Amino acid sequence: MLDIFQYGFVLRGLEAGMIVALIAPLIGIFLVLRRYSLIADTLAHVSLAGVALGLLLNISPILSALGVTIVSSLGIERLRTTKRIYGESALALFLSGSLAVATILLSLGHGFNTNLFNYLFGSIVTVTQTDVYTIAILALIVVAVLTAFYKELVYITFDEESAQVGGIPTRRINTLLIVLAALTISLSIPIIGILLIAALIVIPVIAALQLRKSFAQTILYAEGISLFSVLAGIFTSFYLDLSTGGTIVLIMLAIFLLIMAYKNWD
Amino acid sequence: MPIAHPETEHEENVIEVHDVSFSYDASEVLQNINLTIHRGDYLGLVGGNGSGKTTLIKIILGLLKPSSGTVRLLGTNIGSFKDWSKIGYVPQKATSFDSNFPATVQEVVLMGRYGRRGLFHRITQQDREKAQQALRYVEMEEYTDRLIGDLSGGQQQRVFIARALATEPEIMFLDEPTVGVEKNIKDDFYILLKKLNEQLHLTVVLVTHDIESMAHEAMHIACIDQTIFFHDSVDMYFKESHKLIHPHP
Repeated sequence: MLDIFQYGFVLRGLEAGMIVALIAPLIGIFLVLRRYSLIADTLAHVSLAGVALGLLLNISPILSALGVTIVSSLGIERLRTTKRIYGESALALFLSGSLAVATILLSLGHGFNTNLFNYLFGSIVTVTQTDVYTIAILALIVVAVLTAFYKELVYITFDEESAQVGGIPTRRINTLLIVLAALTISLSIPIIGILLIAALIVIPVIAALQLRKSFAQTILYAEGISLFSVLAGIFTSFYLDLSTGGTIVLIMLAIFLLIMAYKNWD
Repeated sequence: MPIAHPETEHEENVIEVHDVSFSYDASEVLQNINLTIHRGDYLGLVGGNGSGKTTLIKIILGLLKPSSGTVRLLGTNIGSFKDWSKIGYVPQKATSFDSNFPATVQEVVLMGRYGRRGLFHRITQQDREKAQQALRYVEMEEYTDRLIGDLSGGQQQRVFIARALATEPEIMFLDEPTVGVEKNIKDDFYILLKKLNEQLHLTVVLVTHDIESMAHEAMHIACIDQTIFFHDSVDMYFKESHKLIHPHP
């Protein structure tokens, strides 16, 4: 059997994977409970346009994805709050529009190659040492901001109107949440890939919600499920030579189904 | 628990609504509303579906902007009002929230302390004690660690009152709190509201369509249907009620 730890890229993949695994459910719990799950998917597609831009201009695709995704997230939030179009229509606009931009940028740069495939589906091979540092710094920012605004986010998620009467600046906190989602998605790209990021943000939270625990405990369970799935997915995909992102998502789905089956047993 | 001001009761205006109108798209929801509520009052704001009663409460709380007119809350214009910890609010949808939401009774009541703490401040032991005290007051202390979604409608409503109490408010707004709650639980609920008004000296504004159950508890009644067509003591309401059946001849 191959010794997994003799490969530097595996170690970098594990480091980046663990960071992403810990951050994704922290954002996911607020998105899922606010019925914003599809924002994760939309922002992921938007980030493809950012990656394409990065490949074209030869700058870090993570950073270009970050910029494009944050700007778009602000646009989505603005369209949603002005209520000139339906919330999910705003998502559809951004999802299809950014895919169109991405394909144009990629065709300009003749970028339809294996490199792109890695960004679409994730691969621990793509993770560079610089990526690990970038991901770690972004993750620290996400955790710091989430900790600072934890109680406001919880209140708004539970009951936005009462939170507003309670003197909480709901609009600013809403904007903050969607920007954090954009950050999390951009930093997750190398590991899990653009097409599967939404799964990492949403599925561990949905699985943990089935356990019917307190808010704080639900976060802890989601973290556990996420971390286990990412680590198990990286090892399994390495030994069986499978797609990392796909393996991680299938493991999370299996855990979700097991919890559902267990909960409906009695 | 809230600070009592028995000496100034029934003199100081805590809510002043002046000539407020509100339109949604082309239809007029509220027309020239004038309403003054004094400290220590217990007002029932009564109206049917579409009468604009919920809209009026949302305007008083600054959740909606009126098309014209002014609102003063505790002497401050609503646009620049900052003292939100003096306001307790039990919203209409409190009874129809997501029952799968992963929050314990304690987590929900602590939310009442969040606005008071302010940004960047963590919840302290004192906040937990205040939350526990509020739960004790509404007799829900033994449910502290239960999930809010697992409680009955009446119990959930008490928890939402506890959340509003944990804020240590001076004015308590309740929007249709008894919708979908059984008759005997409703009666207990009105006794609790009376206690808040009499023991804690809270100004209570109760929005309801259910005049029968609350009429014996409130001090004043304001009837609303786009405009306020009656506002006086409960006794006067019953003397006049035969005239109020057709408010718009």
